[in-house]
Amino acid sequence: MQWRRFEERLFRVLMITASLIVLMFLGMIVMTILIRGVPAMNLAMITQTPKGGFYLGKEGGILNAIAGSLCLAGGATFLSFVISLPVVLYLNVYARKNAPFSAFARFSFDVLWGVPSIVYGAFGFTLMLFLGLRASLLGGIIAVSFLILPMMTRAMDEVVRMMPEELLTASYALGATRLETAFRVVIRQALPGILTAVLIAFGRGIGDAASVIFTAGFSDYIPTSLMQPAATLPLAIFFQMGTPFPEVQERAYASALILTVIILAICLISRLLTRRHRRHVIK
Amino acid sequence: MTFDSHIRVQDLNVFYGKQQALCGITVDIPDKKITAIIGPSGCGKTTLLKSFNRLLEPIDGVRISGKVVVDGENIYGTGVDVTRVRQKMGLLSQKPYPLPMSIYNNVAYGPRIHGIRKRKDLDEIVEHNLKIASLWGEVKSRLHAPASALSIGQQQRLCLARGLAVQPQIILGDEPTSALDPCSSRHIEERFRDLKNRYTIVIVTHILRQARRLADYVLFMYLGELIEHGPADQIFSDPREEMTREYIRGVIS
Repeated sequence: MQWRRFEERLFRVLMITASLIVLMFLGMIVMTILIRGVPAMNLAMITQTPKGGFYLGKEGGILNAIAGSLCLAGGATFLSFVISLPVVLYLNVYARKNAPFSAFARFSFDVLWGVPSIVYGAFGFTLMLFLGLRASLLGGIIAVSFLILPMMTRAMDEVVRMMPEELLTASYALGATRLETAFRVVIRQALPGILTAVLIAFGRGIGDAASVIFTAGFSDYIPTSLMQPAATLPLAIFFQMGTPFPEVQERAYASALILTVIILAICLISRLLTRRHRRHVIK
Repeated sequence: MTFDSHIRVQDLNVFYGKQQALCGITVDIPDKKITAIIGPSGCGKTTLLKSFNRLLEPIDGVRISGKVVVDGENIYGTGVDVTRVRQKMGLLSQKPYPLPMSIYNNVAYGPRIHGIRKRKDLDEIVEHNLKIASLWGEVKSRLHAPASALSIGQQQRLCLARGLAVQPQIILGDEPTSALDPCSSRHIEERFRDLKNRYTIVIVTHILRQARRLADYVLFMYLGELIEHGPADQIFSDPREEMTREYIRGVIS
């Protein structure tokens, strides 16, 4: 009896410790960014593009990278969604439950999920060379889509798979086709999960440096067309960090702060939207 | 061809993989009556019910032979529009599954996909069918609230209203009261009694007392075979088959 009580307590302590370690790292990261980023933060950072000599410590901001990142991640999220939604609906509504093709498709997405982003960057670059494209917003969008498509698809797939089979049956029994069932019942039931998947993918896309380094290039200007190179926040951080000037390095932390705030905002929005749509979900 | 029965089953065989679930079922389901399919668990009751509106097909590895003739048309024939077959029948499942939308939209779902668009028509359909399912009084002030917020008994009546809204001629119930409390069950049973003059109702039940209370006609199944069928009075008072007698007395279950 004594031993079982001890066991119970021991494991409780271990679990709480593990949770605290995770929280501690989050706290440390946020603190570092705040302590080093806030002093370097100013309005110019988010309202101006880099002036000449920005990377030497002169005036300017990183509006080019903010705009570039938002366009790039937004475009990539849209492109991935347009591809992954039909995949998910096919796998869960049209295909037979245990069809070998479905299993193979899911396995492939899991493999793709694990491919490092630099590989997608290199692949995207090769593809661009083949197509005669230069480093551009479009190239970056395609490369980031490669990166986030598998995660978006599998995250959505897992949510849709959780749906009770009887819900589909109920819709079929009313004379609905598979398409009507997919769009009017499946998407609605899975909407909170689909939103979460989309926003997580967006967050992953906006934060990735390796996939855009060759494909999107870098520019000091806000991109005005898909064919122009675009700056991105992760690369802006990388370049600022790499200079020998302390004040520019401090700006890297300010840029990291901006990126973190964007991702935090995405998380909050996803929570809010999820809560709003959850009330219709059938358990 | 005579149309005296909505549903005529002719030599129906169903296999799940290698296992045979229904063996050569042949039976006519009487019109505008309540037919109860009884029998022990796993005897194929639900399979038979689902075969009436082709809901077996989404199941993996299912094979079907034989005919189910609905209104003179073999629904397993080639070129049959499966959505039209299903529209003829409302379905109540064991546990109610409202659709993930408001109460109003649940009832309007069927009519909408079958082409009714006008708000006024939909309003009428919703009100009418919720009244038939005797749910109107409880929900009229919150028609746009999520259906998931209703109690399980109310959800089952909502599912009934939803099924009736596509104007079926047949109502199928797969143990429709098994997840409900006695009070909600009585509600559903009362609805069935009201509706039987206008609809052909087929229910699967493992509750013998429910079959006695409701059924006009009874099918007794055992291990995928239809052992005996006939008017409820005769089945319950004087079954021809020894097996039916034993099941009704509670010897086999």
